[in-house]
Amino acid sequence: MSTPATYAGEAPARIVEPHKRIQRTYWQAARRRLLHDPVSMGCLGILFLIITAAMLAPWITPHDPYTSSIVNRLKPVLSPGFVLGTDELGRDMLTRLIYGGRISLLMGLLPIFIATLAGSILGIVAGYFGGKTNMVIMRVADIFFAFPSVLLAVGLAGALGAGVVNVLISLSLVFIPPITRVAEAATTQIRAQDFVEAARATGASAPRIIVGHVLTNVASPILTYASSLIGLSIVLASGLSFLGLGISPPLADWGLMLNTLRQSIFLAPVNAVWPGAMILIASVCFNLLSDGLRTAMDVKP
Amino acid sequence: MIRRLASAVPTLFIIIAIAFFMIRLAPGGPFDRERVVPPEISANLNRVYHLDEPLPKQFVRYLGGLARGDFGPSFKYRDFTVTELIAAGFPVSLKIGLLAMAAAVLLGVGLGAWAAQRRNSAADHLVMGLAMTGIAVPNFVVAPLLSLVIGVYLNLLPVGGLGDGGVRYLLLPVISLALPQVAYIARLSRGSMLEVLNADFIRTGRAKGLTERRVVFRHALKNALTPVVSYLGPATAAIVTGSVVIEQIFAIPGLGRYFVQGALNRDYTLVMGVVVTYGTLIIMLNLAVDLLYGVLDPRVRSRE
Repeated sequence: MSTPATYAGEAPARIVEPHKRIQRTYWQAARRRLLHDPVSMGCLGILFLIITAAMLAPWITPHDPYTSSIVNRLKPVLSPGFVLGTDELGRDMLTRLIYGGRISLLMGLLPIFIATLAGSILGIVAGYFGGKTNMVIMRVADIFFAFPSVLLAVGLAGALGAGVVNVLISLSLVFIPPITRVAEAATTQIRAQDFVEAARATGASAPRIIVGHVLTNVASPILTYASSLIGLSIVLASGLSFLGLGISPPLADWGLMLNTLRQSIFLAPVNAVWPGAMILIASVCFNLLSDGLRTAMDVKP
Repeated sequence: MIRRLASAVPTLFIIIAIAFFMIRLAPGGPFDRERVVPPEISANLNRVYHLDEPLPKQFVRYLGGLARGDFGPSFKYRDFTVTELIAAGFPVSLKIGLLAMAAAVLLGVGLGAWAAQRRNSAADHLVMGLAMTGIAVPNFVVAPLLSLVIGVYLNLLPVGGLGDGGVRYLLLPVISLALPQVAYIARLSRGSMLEVLNADFIRTGRAKGLTERRVVFRHALKNALTPVVSYLGPATAAIVTGSVVIEQIFAIPGLGRYFVQGALNRDYTLVMGVVVTYGTLIIMLNLAVDLLYGVLDPRVRSRE
């Protein structure tokens, strides 16, 4: 997904001081470009709001997320005391949505974080050392890669059983191969360049070259790619919970709420839409932000 | 080509091996219930299903069964073998998948090409906006909404089950399954169509007086299709994936539903059987797409 129209670029107003030359490092320039991109900043704002709300959940939510009430089942939106209505067990929708954000966002971010760490290490090692090491790592990654991620996640969740930790493990495993691939491709490219050769000629050890020279250069393609997976991870995690393979019932999770409310969709269609809308907003915001990041860091897709 | 075919076998073998050992090594078993059974009974159960043997021996036994087309007994559906369950579910899933695929390609390419010809018009923006949304919305969000609006409010189509197996029952699942792919293919073919329409040979075609219809259908579309064909592999994977969720939502007794039920019940052999079926299917389809690619773009063939 490319959004060239949203790229704001540098403001031409700088011309006023022609003699003052602005020097920036790559990361400063990237951050500057990102801060001037209205779409990215909008998304960042929305995500900041959702994340803060999720973190402060116990203090800002009007009700308890687990206390059910038979008389208050499926209240419509804007009922007194329940701004967004209630779910099929009479629990406050707004409260559950905010609490659900905790698990759903965690499921989006943590697997990507773990997979980025593991995938970068594997990919950089494979790319830097080449040869047999490369072949073994990349062959295994390719096999996992060939198998669709959802099927992999469902299979793994089936093997490990449902539950927060198991979903985290299976999602992390799902995202390691693609990140390994990107890291390997970037490293192979960097390794062939003269400055790496020069470093090797001065007698620098492999770990030193990797940390000092390779890592700084492969960081931006890996990070932009990993960030583009966050939205997918949120959708996958919700999908697993939706199928009953993820979070178990009393806990609040957007995917799980969508599944349990689906049974009441004919009685209270609007209530059933909320968790779906949250999943959509979060994943789209992460995707757009990642696009902005890609543009800002000037990485070719 | 033969090399590609030969490399498919070890890939499939490794998928089977990884799936087998991962499922077996995970804690918990198919006979774990709320009620604790006496040790003699569980020992007997394990013996009947050969679960008491060492893992490598079980693996060899499983492979031997697979070679004869025997996926083993289902741990949960005691009256059926996994082969029977898969044989029952596969045709249903295949039908829905193929229909969704056909819809995705026809509608996607049509919409994409149509939008490309009207570049930057309101119609173009509308189609691309819809496509953007279609890609972003997960199908487990779309499907319940579709069944609510079309099935309940408008009361046009049934919202679940297969009924008599007629088209009416298939329509909603197929639409929900195809929607993201229609959106993606529309974007893809619009992009490549725009590129092709700017090419020199299109200008030549117009200059020598061909009708616009002939330029578009005969010359532009054929060349614009290559990226779409190379997307067919991932699209198949996505449709197989989507069917897992869609079959669950619309209560369709297909392969995906057995997969989820198997995973929920920790029915080892059923999950394994479906994984093997999916693996074979996806590998074969990717091979087919490669072949098709060679037919459409002769340059690919000459490179080998």
